[in-house]
Amino acid sequence: MSDLSELYQQVILDHNKKPRNFRILEGANRKAEGVNPLCGDQLVVYLDVEDDVVKDISFEGSGCAISKAAASMMTQSVKGKTRKEAETLFEEFHQMVTGELDEEVTPNTLGRLTIFSGVREFPARVKCASLSWHTMHAALNGEQLVSTES
Amino acid sequence: MTAMQPITAPQTFDVARIRQDFPILSQLVRGKRLVFLDSAASAQKPRSVMDAERDIYEAGYANVHRGVYWLSQRATDEFEAVREKVRQLLNAREAREIVFVRGATEAINLIAQSFGRAFLSSGDEVLISHMEHHSNIVPWQMLCEEKGAKLRVIPMNDAGELLLDEYNALLNERTKLVAVGHISNALGTINPVKEMIATAHKQGIPVLIDGAQGVPHLTVDVQDLDCDFYAFSGHKMFAPTGSGVIYGKREWLEQMTPFQGGGDMIRTVTFEKTTYAGLPNKFEAGTPAIASQIGLGAAIDYLNSIGRERAFQYEHELLSYATERIGPIDGVRLIGTAREKASVLSFTIDGVHPHDIGTILDQEGIAVRAGHHCAQPVMQRLGVPATARASFAFYNTRAEIDALALAIEKVIEVFA
Repeated sequence: MSDLSELYQQVILDHNKKPRNFRILEGANRKAEGVNPLCGDQLVVYLDVEDDVVKDISFEGSGCAISKAAASMMTQSVKGKTRKEAETLFEEFHQMVTGELDEEVTPNTLGRLTIFSGVREFPARVKCASLSWHTMHAALNGEQLVSTES
Repeated sequence: MTAMQPITAPQTFDVARIRQDFPILSQLVRGKRLVFLDSAASAQKPRSVMDAERDIYEAGYANVHRGVYWLSQRATDEFEAVREKVRQLLNAREAREIVFVRGATEAINLIAQSFGRAFLSSGDEVLISHMEHHSNIVPWQMLCEEKGAKLRVIPMNDAGELLLDEYNALLNERTKLVAVGHISNALGTINPVKEMIATAHKQGIPVLIDGAQGVPHLTVDVQDLDCDFYAFSGHKMFAPTGSGVIYGKREWLEQMTPFQGGGDMIRTVTFEKTTYAGLPNKFEAGTPAIASQIGLGAAIDYLNSIGRERAFQYEHELLSYATERIGPIDGVRLIGTAREKASVLSFTIDGVHPHDIGTILDQEGIAVRAGHHCAQPVMQRLGVPATARASFAFYNTRAEIDALALAIEKVIEVFA
């Protein structure tokens, strides 16, 4: 079933309107830019990583509601996590939106990020939801640019 | 009714009957009737085009220009008959001025390569416009880089109209070619190409018209326009993908070097020296898209059978209706408000990204394009990252535009 209300839930619409951690992070020690050249979505993820822990994280850029809300909630979920925990979240999120992980069956650490599970019913929008996660992953690993079409 | 009906009753365009010619239009999407508003990306095909393709494979197929046997001659005859149909469509002087290519993109690349190789040197200039599709930007950029030439750009105003005074000022003795779109795919602007061609010709500068959106929506007469080159794709004018045309004035084509080397474009080949075939074969290396081009011939026949002028007039009325219906919706901003427009309604909705618009419209069975429309400089100029674009063909209806308007109101509701 591909129900519109599954995709555009209130939480997602709220994060789109009022994205959290939406700013340039002063004192960031890592950052990466994510672009989707097919639709023009573009964002920068800033990280302050100390002792393998994401002390602080932020993002800025422009994109659709799904990409903005996903980025906003990504920053909330990753903040305070260890590098390993953040990478696990990235893996699980990616698997969930591409349909490789059923969050109701397989144990996971996604928590409220499971509201993005509806995205997998909209193949054209999977990249919107995962762009910020790929960008965060790249920043964590010292890369500076990630493209959905590389 | 009495017998007093006026003899000159206005001929109405019977869209219900036309729609029966396009099998795909009766299909359901997500339980709803498909509302296809993306013909500017690629148009749907009438049954007669599909039949023509199938017929050639079932009864008339062999390679063209080669065989001494009956079947090859038959395929060649059908294939070459399309060249004559295209000549008539464009009112070109001679059929050999019609070169078959895979589409407008290949057409423009052909001119960039073959014209560029022969006529462009370091310090020369190629002039394009700010509203071009990437396919009328990138080939020139590549050519200019290779040759040390300069790409210059005709600016436009906020409505999406080219600034003709600026255009005149940009033309100079270094300008070797002007390449401009007939109709903008992103904005719908109809450019005043006839006037622009006349201006360029005063300085002896040839002009290429990118007619990818022109031929499907306007009557094109290359002799009246006096353009030097005219490019278009079959697939946007109801023909199969892989069909397309570059028209070129014979005097230019004869001076140009071949585009690709291979079979069919030669006169004689030895390891020391190859001599090239005459027009148009010089530019048609390799086996062409035989069935697709035959489908293009069927598409031209179809357009003639329904009456091109009436169809274009009907499309014009649809666009006016859509502009009146969609434009005033609170929060909607029309992108591209030129006085002369055809077939395209680009818009944004306050606070809603075009991709979200596209997804929500899709739930209603409505297909629109959302994105930059392969015209990123247009988006940059107008300060929007992307737009949603509804584009119309003569098979669309007012009811479909009403459905679009209702769905746009739903988008606004979801994001309120």
